[in-house]
Amino acid sequence: MSRPGPPKQGGTNGAVRHVVAWIVEGTWPACVDAVRTHAPGDADIVLVHVPEPEVAGAAHGAFAGLLGRGRPARDPGLALSEQATASGEALLAEAAARLARPCTTRQRTGRVEREVVAESDGADLLVLARDGDRTHLGPHSLGPHSRFIVDHAPCAVLLVWPESAPAPDTIPPPPPPPAP
Amino acid sequence: MSNAAAEALSAVLLVLVLGCAVVRPWGLPEAVVAVPAAAVAVATGAISLDHARAEAQQLGPVIGFLAAVLVLAQLCDEEGLFTACGGWMARAAGGSPYRLLGQVFVLASVITAVLSLDATIVLLTPVVFATSARLGARPKPHVYACTHLSNTASLLLPVSNLTNLLALAASGLSFTRFAALMVLPWLAAIGVEYVVLRRFFGTDLAAGANPTGTTERPPLPRFALATVGCTLAGFVVASLVGINPAWAAFAGAAVLAVRALIRRRTTPRALVRAAAVPFLAFVLALGIVVRALVDHGLGSALGHAVPGGTGFPALLALAALAALLANLINNLPAVLVLLPLTAPNGAGAVLAVLLGVNIGPNLTYAGSLATLLWRRIVRAHEAEVDLGEFTRLGAIAVPATLLVAVVALWLSLTVIGG
Repeated sequence: MSRPGPPKQGGTNGAVRHVVAWIVEGTWPACVDAVRTHAPGDADIVLVHVPEPEVAGAAHGAFAGLLGRGRPARDPGLALSEQATASGEALLAEAAARLARPCTTRQRTGRVEREVVAESDGADLLVLARDGDRTHLGPHSLGPHSRFIVDHAPCAVLLVWPESAPAPDTIPPPPPPPAP
Repeated sequence: MSNAAAEALSAVLLVLVLGCAVVRPWGLPEAVVAVPAAAVAVATGAISLDHARAEAQQLGPVIGFLAAVLVLAQLCDEEGLFTACGGWMARAAGGSPYRLLGQVFVLASVITAVLSLDATIVLLTPVVFATSARLGARPKPHVYACTHLSNTASLLLPVSNLTNLLALAASGLSFTRFAALMVLPWLAAIGVEYVVLRRFFGTDLAAGANPTGTTERPPLPRFALATVGCTLAGFVVASLVGINPAWAAFAGAAVLAVRALIRRRTTPRALVRAAAVPFLAFVLALGIVVRALVDHGLGSALGHAVPGGTGFPALLALAALAALLANLINNLPAVLVLLPLTAPNGAGAVLAVLLGVNIGPNLTYAGSLATLLWRRIVRAHEAEVDLGEFTRLGAIAVPATLLVAVVALWLSLTVIGG
């Protein structure tokens, strides 16, 4: 029986050598800027994007619901899958240009949250942006995917606000003390 | 042939036809099984020749109408109508996902109503995705809006959905009266969908967008737009003077087809393909097989479950029953079964059935449980699509939309009269 190995986080002597940034439509510039600010100059940087499979899936499903139409080549889900790959590549290229540093771009397919966790296995730092309710500080500022990733990340996580963070007074007041 | 034997044979044939349409063994067109099944029903006397002929006479014009609309939509696409829609959305959205969602709602609703739900699913959805990618916005709310509206926004005109064309033939309503009664339910249903989708996808919409490059301005296909406009006017005029409005659709399709042929943008072969002849044959055959079953027992069995009257509770119950049946197999057989049972109760009852069969398929992502289950079986090895989100959305949107649409229909019937 083998015992669990020592924690991988931190790399050699705690130095950050391998940084993964999750690139998503809308919030990615903040992630790229955070990498520029916080990743050491000699770190390997991977920009990862995962198209949401539900988008092409919804189109596949809508076409399947058209009983009797035949002609599977007209299924718009096929076009959407190809378009999703192409637009993901374009997004990664744009992110790499904004980073203006050597980096690897990678597009993965599958369940978004699990693919990002898998990509950050062995990394020293994962950078992602909050993508929930961004008007208040609090747990709702994380969407379902980022919630899962933060909860399951096998490395250090840098969680950034896509724009300036809300003021601390957006936290709801504490509950009143229990009655004696 | 005894009644019991005829009933059993019709049931077996219907299961076979629908099963093969869902499974599509060896990728064969659905008509390959459906047409022989209808022939067997006629040859064995499961359906009398007179009834088969009556069914064919009722479905024939419907199928012709459908073919014309399919060709019209395809030629509009080739004229660049959908590309122009994409250019307009990208410019008018001004980098805002919220505005893009509003434009998707407007376009998907109008295109579904005028050029049928097939056009929205097959032709508009890829354009909407490409537009959202160009804006750098998350595509999910916009693509889901297309899939939902292809069903919900297909309430307005008889041409919007094959189910409506079938109901028009059965109910005896005129084209314009159908549209007048359905405009309020159509608007109400779209309004509810907008509120639900905007809240449901609040996170994705709030993520914003990062527009890339300049937005092109594709040329507006004025000729195609004018033809579609004239076709719509033709529907109204034909309906008023008592001609079948299918002729207006034929005329519109013919004008665009001749222009495309002269300009060598299409071929006669491509036009025939656009008319989807195997699909038309499938609809006719399915109609005959369903009629055989309705004649031999299903009619009287379901007759007890179909609420009578056209008061608000009866309309709501009819719509709910229709939505339930549509979700079991598909809305096409559901409407074929329910029409003969509800048509004697008047136009209001038929329209309530349409609300159910048109809005109901949004409950599952593949339009029905049968299709959904089959896709899960054959696609088990593929990247798993998370059905939870779509199902949650449907569970919120469908009951809310259906309820509000039935209220609107009841109001329309009260004001205009069935």
